[in-house]
Amino acid sequence: MYFSKETLEASEKLSRKSSDEVQKALKNHPEQKKRFSTVSDAEIKRLYTPDDIKDINFAEDIGVPGEFPYLRGNQVTGYRGRYWTFRMFSGMGSARDTNARWKMLLREGQTGLSTAFDFPTLMGYDSDSPKSLGEVGKCGVAIDTLEDFLELMEGIPLADVTTSMTINPPATILWAMYCAAADIKGVPLSRIGGTIQNDMLKEFIAQKTFMCPPEPSVKLISDTVEFGTKYVPRWNTISISGYHIREAGSTAVQELAFTLRDGIEYVEDVVRRKGLNVDDFATRLSFFFNSHSDFFEEICKMRAARRMWAKIMRDRFHAKDPRSLWLRFHTQTAGCSLTAQQPYNNVVRTTVQALAAVLGGTQSLHTNSLDEVLCLPSEHAVEIALRTQQILAEETGVANTIDPLAGSYFIESLTNEMEEKAWDYIQKIDDMGGMVAAIGKGFPQMEISEAAYRFQRQLDAGEKTMIGVNKYATDSTHPIPLVDIEEKVGEEQMRRLKDVRRKRDNKAVKKSLDDIRNACKKEDNVMPCCIEAVKNLATLQEICDVYREVYGEYRDPGLY
Amino acid sequence: MPERTIRVMVAKPGLDGHDRGARILARCFRDAGFEVVYTGCHQTPEQIAAAAVQEDVDLVGLSCLSGAHRALFPRVVELLREKGAADITVIGGGIIPEQDIPLLREAGIKAVFTPGASLESIVEWINSNIKPH
Amino acid sequence: MDATIKKICAGDVRMASRLIRDIEDKIPEAKAKIKKLYAHTGKSFIIGITGAPGAGKSTLTDALIEQLRKKNKTVGVLAVDPTSPFTGGAILGDRIRMQRHAEDAGVFVRSLATRGALGGLSQSVGNAIHVMEAMGKDIIIVETVGIGQQEIDIINHAHSVAVVLVPGMGDEIQTMKAGLMEIADVFVINKANRAGAMQLHTELEGMLNLSSKATDGWKPPVVMVGDAFEPQTFAADTAALTNKIEEHQLYLQESGKLTERMHRKAMTEIHDALRDSLFEPIVNSLTTSGEMKRFAEKIKNRKTDPYTVAEEIAQRFFKHQEEK
Repeated sequence: MYFSKETLEASEKLSRKSSDEVQKALKNHPEQKKRFSTVSDAEIKRLYTPDDIKDINFAEDIGVPGEFPYLRGNQVTGYRGRYWTFRMFSGMGSARDTNARWKMLLREGQTGLSTAFDFPTLMGYDSDSPKSLGEVGKCGVAIDTLEDFLELMEGIPLADVTTSMTINPPATILWAMYCAAADIKGVPLSRIGGTIQNDMLKEFIAQKTFMCPPEPSVKLISDTVEFGTKYVPRWNTISISGYHIREAGSTAVQELAFTLRDGIEYVEDVVRRKGLNVDDFATRLSFFFNSHSDFFEEICKMRAARRMWAKIMRDRFHAKDPRSLWLRFHTQTAGCSLTAQQPYNNVVRTTVQALAAVLGGTQSLHTNSLDEVLCLPSEHAVEIALRTQQILAEETGVANTIDPLAGSYFIESLTNEMEEKAWDYIQKIDDMGGMVAAIGKGFPQMEISEAAYRFQRQLDAGEKTMIGVNKYATDSTHPIPLVDIEEKVGEEQMRRLKDVRRKRDNKAVKKSLDDIRNACKKEDNVMPCCIEAVKNLATLQEICDVYREVYGEYRDPGLY
Repeated sequence: MPERTIRVMVAKPGLDGHDRGARILARCFRDAGFEVVYTGCHQTPEQIAAAAVQEDVDLVGLSCLSGAHRALFPRVVELLREKGAADITVIGGGIIPEQDIPLLREAGIKAVFTPGASLESIVEWINSNIKPH
Repeated sequence: MDATIKKICAGDVRMASRLIRDIEDKIPEAKAKIKKLYAHTGKSFIIGITGAPGAGKSTLTDALIEQLRKKNKTVGVLAVDPTSPFTGGAILGDRIRMQRHAEDAGVFVRSLATRGALGGLSQSVGNAIHVMEAMGKDIIIVETVGIGQQEIDIINHAHSVAVVLVPGMGDEIQTMKAGLMEIADVFVINKANRAGAMQLHTELEGMLNLSSKATDGWKPPVVMVGDAFEPQTFAADTAALTNKIEEHQLYLQESGKLTERMHRKAMTEIHDALRDSLFEPIVNSLTTSGEMKRFAEKIKNRKTDPYTVAEEIAQRFFKHQEEK
């Protein structure tokens, strides 16, 4: 029992007394709302007491950092050994522009790079494709060939800096470019480190950056896990992401459940398809969560995620290595919580969300810039966002002790509740035959749709609040300077592409594309052929077209 | 004369797949009594204009969050004109900086809704500006 | 010839789509246009696709379009979705799966909402088919909602009906119940790579052998179509489906059954037109005048009975017609 008999008795007695007092108080001063709930619409009680967590078993359910169930963190020294990685997501215009922004961030104390690609790159189209009209360089950097990539990495010490690349359908290709770049710079693959997002399931569920159907998409991911396990041991070959699920309007529990269930699907596929032992590759898996506005709910979500993954790896996959049980994750503050109205308020929102991520024990953090709801972030806005993290780490003292909220009646109770609800979802998806099958049925998509619609309705009805939007709205504006990507980035990219196509050895390109086609058909690992192809200056789209040809194209089923 | 049912199309031009807003709008329009044709993500302006004419909608609502609106929105208006369907009203929404709105209005986008616009305000705009004939 | 009619017969999508809208919105002029258009209709082959929601009808329709286009056939598609009984609105989502054909001038996809049709698919389907026929479409595919008894109404509009089933959905029993066994000219077992597909196939064959259709000269074939995510096999399977439908078309023509079906279709059209010209105007005028309410009140209080009321209304109507 977590509490002594005396404590529980006293608690019950005092709670009863308090409850009487509440009834009296309510008569004179009714509460502000009939129902208090989180941003995810989970109901929250007035008061939490020992009674809410009396069934907890301290050693099994809470424990200490660095030990199962890892509720309190993976590292025994927490942030005292090392802060989380300050990793600001950035990318804009041409490779040269982005390279300049990166160098600025490294100068200012950023400790890891994180790449945003433009939509043609994300979707596997070259800058000169008709599909790319108006999109080149807009939401991130445009990469068509290895030449662009080398320019992006110019002057970046690949052996010292870790790089995260937010790339999904063409992840094999961008990672191949990174490997090729390392090779050209004389850095061995064993020394480069970083992350490719490479999580396709959440694309079908939420973000809709997809290319091939789910089944072969998962196969390509398993290829990268296998290749990484064998040759690039410092690389996280997948970042299993709840971030986008949440941005699409899910609840915190849905984010938690769908993300972990995606993780299960990937582990199963690698074990089945590649015959690897779970302990061989478990440390290649990383996670990525959203930190939304509801402070405590977010902290509990992250704590629950760690405990659940440890259980999944131990009990479902029988992992032996303690490190296989670690859920390591990156966090980004919630883009969807930012408002275009009164944009300076976004700094405050981001600060609170970042604090939640830190108290939730994140390994790495991106803080949104105040102008991200309007455009790509300006240099000044990024600086404030980065400073927000530095202030949290070095001024506030929140990093002094590990998991400081543990033991709180409310925190532990909400953590348990969210975990339970998430297990229910996972069970449901298991019963459907797994996540690929559930996606085929539209299950996670529709659950998110319902939640998003409910929130919007609550917002419109004033039941949920967004300051500056449906409450305290003002007409006066304090305009902020916006970053504008010129249309000429597109023209420049087209010129570069034309140049590459003229000077490269087209026979070698054709041969390496044929090799990829054969690897796809024979279910071989595509990574070695991809590295060869990018070195021969095959374009991103040329390789993706091979994938589309062999695996087929996935089109939006348009569930609503 | 019987009253016509308003038909609208919710379309996502470009390559971004952020369809949260588009899907919420589709449901909201249905609840407002409109018939809603939803195109799904990743549509070219050509596909959108062709579909709008085939479906005889009164209004096309474009949603784009990638910054490509400056090229894509006007192109839809232009294509509708080419198809003799200039009477189909085009409105837009998404992450659209204030400074781009005059340019879009000039290109024939009748209204632009930016983040924070309530569902009701959009439905109200349609009800008072769209008179199917 | 009327300018609109001329344009529609020349394949003008804008005009055709506008006329379908007028039909849906019950604009009186639309009826006159259909009259003028009628001589130009009746030459297309009409395929009905029916089956439960989630059976993959839209994806199959999309694949059929592709196959038919390979054979240089022009295609019209009418995709029906349900109207919300609460708001009168509808989300017409079938089109999404067919959007890749949007720019193909040989393909015209039009979504229809059921709009609380008094039985039947959607009141407008029959006339919308005529508009597409007048445009000269070789093939017209009607994709139904997939819920409820009125699904079998498709047989009155289409020449060839494909019933789509999915393994593991308990479809076979539903199929029997709903009378779909009787209307199917071709069965499709969709997502046939799933468990239970072979069993479903065997059960269907069993039922077909028992049914009267087996001796009718055309025993509905059962076509297995694999997962749409497997592009190569899916293309082969849907090509096979297209061939089966074409075989059925040939059978109808050669056996004279096509005339039988055309006759049945004509009967349905008379029914529909009567409902449009006779029944609905009467109901509408009684409703607007408030008489309907008064009649109901009288019936409720047992002052009269429904038959007497109906006779009274009918007499009044025919007298009115004579005076005219």
